[in-house]
Amino acid sequence: MLIFEKSKKGRHLSLLPPLDVPAVELTGGNQREQELHLPEVSENELSRHYSELAKKTHGVNDGFYPLGSCTMKYNPKINDEMAGLSGFTEVHPLQPLHTVQGCLEVLQTAERYLSEITGMDRMTFQPAAGAHGEFTGLLLMKAYHHARNEQNRTKIIVPDSAHGTNPASAAMAGYSVVSIPSREDGCVDLEKLREAVGEDTAGLMLTNPNTVGLFDKNILEITRIVHEAGGLCYYDGANLNAVMGTVRPGDMGFDVIHLNLHKTFSTPHGGGGPGSGAVGCKNLLAEFLPVDLTEGKGAYYFVDPEHSIGRVKSFYGNFLVVVRALTYLLTLGKEGIPEASTHAVLNANYMMACLKDKYTMAYDEICMHEFVMSLKDLKKDTGVSALDISKGLLDNGIHPPTMYFPLIVEEALMVEPTETETKETLDEAVEVFLQLYETAHKDAESLHLAPLHTPITRLDEVEAARHPKLRYEII
Amino acid sequence: MGSYVPVTEKDREEMLQRIGIDSMDDLFSMIPDDVKIKGGLDLPGGMSELQVRRAMEKMAAKNKVFPVMFRGAGAYRHFIPSIVKSVISNETFLTAYTPYQAEISQGVLQSIFEYQTMICELTGMDVSNASVYDGATAAAEAVAMCRDRKKKKAFVSMTAHPQVVDTVKTYCFGNEMELVLIPEKDGVTDLDFLKENLDKETACVYIQHPNYYGNLEDASAVGELAHECKAKFIMGVNPISLGLLKTPREYGADVAVGDGQPLGLPLAFGGPYLGFMSCTSEMMRKLPGRIVGETKDRDGRTGYVLTLQAREQHIRREKASSNICSNQALCALAVGVYLSAMGAEGLRDAACQCTSKAHYLAEGLSRIGFTVENKGEFFHEFVTSSDRSSSEVLKVLEESDILGGYPLDESRILWCCTEMNTKEEMDTVVRILEGGAESC
Repeated sequence: MLIFEKSKKGRHLSLLPPLDVPAVELTGGNQREQELHLPEVSENELSRHYSELAKKTHGVNDGFYPLGSCTMKYNPKINDEMAGLSGFTEVHPLQPLHTVQGCLEVLQTAERYLSEITGMDRMTFQPAAGAHGEFTGLLLMKAYHHARNEQNRTKIIVPDSAHGTNPASAAMAGYSVVSIPSREDGCVDLEKLREAVGEDTAGLMLTNPNTVGLFDKNILEITRIVHEAGGLCYYDGANLNAVMGTVRPGDMGFDVIHLNLHKTFSTPHGGGGPGSGAVGCKNLLAEFLPVDLTEGKGAYYFVDPEHSIGRVKSFYGNFLVVVRALTYLLTLGKEGIPEASTHAVLNANYMMACLKDKYTMAYDEICMHEFVMSLKDLKKDTGVSALDISKGLLDNGIHPPTMYFPLIVEEALMVEPTETETKETLDEAVEVFLQLYETAHKDAESLHLAPLHTPITRLDEVEAARHPKLRYEII
Repeated sequence: MGSYVPVTEKDREEMLQRIGIDSMDDLFSMIPDDVKIKGGLDLPGGMSELQVRRAMEKMAAKNKVFPVMFRGAGAYRHFIPSIVKSVISNETFLTAYTPYQAEISQGVLQSIFEYQTMICELTGMDVSNASVYDGATAAAEAVAMCRDRKKKKAFVSMTAHPQVVDTVKTYCFGNEMELVLIPEKDGVTDLDFLKENLDKETACVYIQHPNYYGNLEDASAVGELAHECKAKFIMGVNPISLGLLKTPREYGADVAVGDGQPLGLPLAFGGPYLGFMSCTSEMMRKLPGRIVGETKDRDGRTGYVLTLQAREQHIRREKASSNICSNQALCALAVGVYLSAMGAEGLRDAACQCTSKAHYLAEGLSRIGFTVENKGEFFHEFVTSSDRSSSEVLKVLEESDILGGYPLDESRILWCCTEMNTKEEMDTVVRILEGGAESC
């Protein structure tokens, strides 16, 4: 039941005191005439309404969440508590600088940690999400080429295994996209790359480890080819959780990166945001970064880089998300950061080893923090698809892996367990996967009908798109 | 060092054995040695929870929390009911991801559907998305959604928030739309400039209402001019003001955007906030971002699902209407709870209190020699000018723990009042500044 359907005229909360100055009404034809319908409820109903909605939702706190590429690790509670300190929440973004030194210290400390982890020289926290970071990073590349009078560099090379945001961000930044096919193992085809680069190349966007969970061994050669053609290399940080403390994008030859603080650095996803898409770059791009970079030692202040691309968002980004990420960074430190990554890789390989006798792995070799299964054979043999197995997982209290991605693997399921799960949790999940495999062979129909034990069953998505009903009609 | 890794030494041995390798290092054998980090990260060691808490609390304590505030300029201190904080700290809402799996995400999806309905109600529009990053990016996305093959020019009023204008400018550097800034005249958008310069290549006109200086624009006139040359009319609005003011729809807007921060989100040094975006049904398929729709499940039960995904990046890749793939879901949840708690009457009351208090303070300041620059009606912000230096005025207030208005320059200050400001606080401001005048 919607909150609007629980509304009854006359119910309300008592929130504001009576007005203590003479009332002023606006005139001049600016008064609202259209009636405003908002729910009229008691606080008790309101509170229960959301408790009920929470019951119909699955978060990391409710169970295993091996959603590939999304790094659904445990969100430590101290992070939230620190982000709730009134010294952070009650501060106006336009207060005098001497009254917000603690906020600037947060930004600068986070920048220092993350620059060291990624091998970058400078970092901005203005972008609010991964895709926003990509857009920002691409604009840095564009500004760089324009400053060198190379406006002819209009193409961004993106492997066909890339995240969908990469080509979409490139298009938003005014670039045309050159998609190059990956090799069978999902890695970059060096020959195809050499053919693709040229005088019109602005740069390459890459994830390493790539979207099939493999580290591209040729990475130094790849970035060299792009640089020699005059292009720049962009690192999509979605998969950084595999390699922190082992290898740095900066050392692989990347010039600019974005991080997803809400993935790698444990800040909660909030049902789809707010996140933070911090962008780091090497010195050659630093003069183009967005405005309001943090500077200073002891006394901090903001500076605008000399040839800044401007502003990509109001103020300084999703600040409280940065507070959470910094809390996590301080906790883990020098040893804890690589420990997190190595164990993310351990957990992924363990699960893969336990499943590969039954399920076909897209690439049967040591993987990084995630692995991709192809259910092509299972579908052929039993008619049970990646979607059906996913829906079967729902009935077992497990959030399914990422489905049908990367696009280069048929019937793909991309599994990312993360480092914060116990061996017992992985064993239980493996057990469920194996049972579903058995069920697929014995009773395929039951999986076509799954899920049966969730608040609702499969929804008619076609109807939703064909006859969009996007709001409640108030009668 | 701190750690959230639960695997024990014994687990690790068993797991490596199962994988068929001897050591953790073998997991990384595919990474060439010449790119690996030598000697570890150059960072301080990790800390226990108690140490981390102390370090973070120390940083927070270096900020000054003003108990009394008259500053707005794009971020507003409003009352946040306890129920809002209670709901958004729910662990499930906090730790869920984008609701891809509808069957176990009905809570998040329904909350977004309710949010969309409320935004439509507030703005008078037909369709709302699930929210974008903030008001500035909402404006930039709105400008981009109006572009088509033949219309690549965007007119943006300089009476809008400067950071919003700057953000639109950056997006235009990306998508190569031509940006024309409409000058300010007497604190509002210069209509004559629009009349002279709008042409058939104009994709859209953007104004903010109430504008940066608190003034009400002649929004209907701007809309008519835009429509005469078949351009879209985008309005950036303050959501609290919609408790009192005409909706963007009533002014003739095609797209309405704004920052949802006043609706239950703390100041938080600038974020996270939320950008709302709504439009007419005619423009529905151009609206970027996530959208939730209602449908039925296999058993005929009503349910909610992410819909119209054919517009989105993971399907359309470089042909998508935008690259945006998340929303500010938790902030949208806060907005939904806030608006349900306030109700239409509560929102109207808050808006009325804002207006009344701003006028009360403006009157007080003008009594002691400040000139109120606003010529027409204003909502909850106004500009004063004075021969007293802005920094001096604000410093005097700061000494009494009051954050005064935002200094536009050395003679002009942009003040803001909300329902949080009491009569006593405003009288205090006037009294302090009156005394200051004598001592000058």
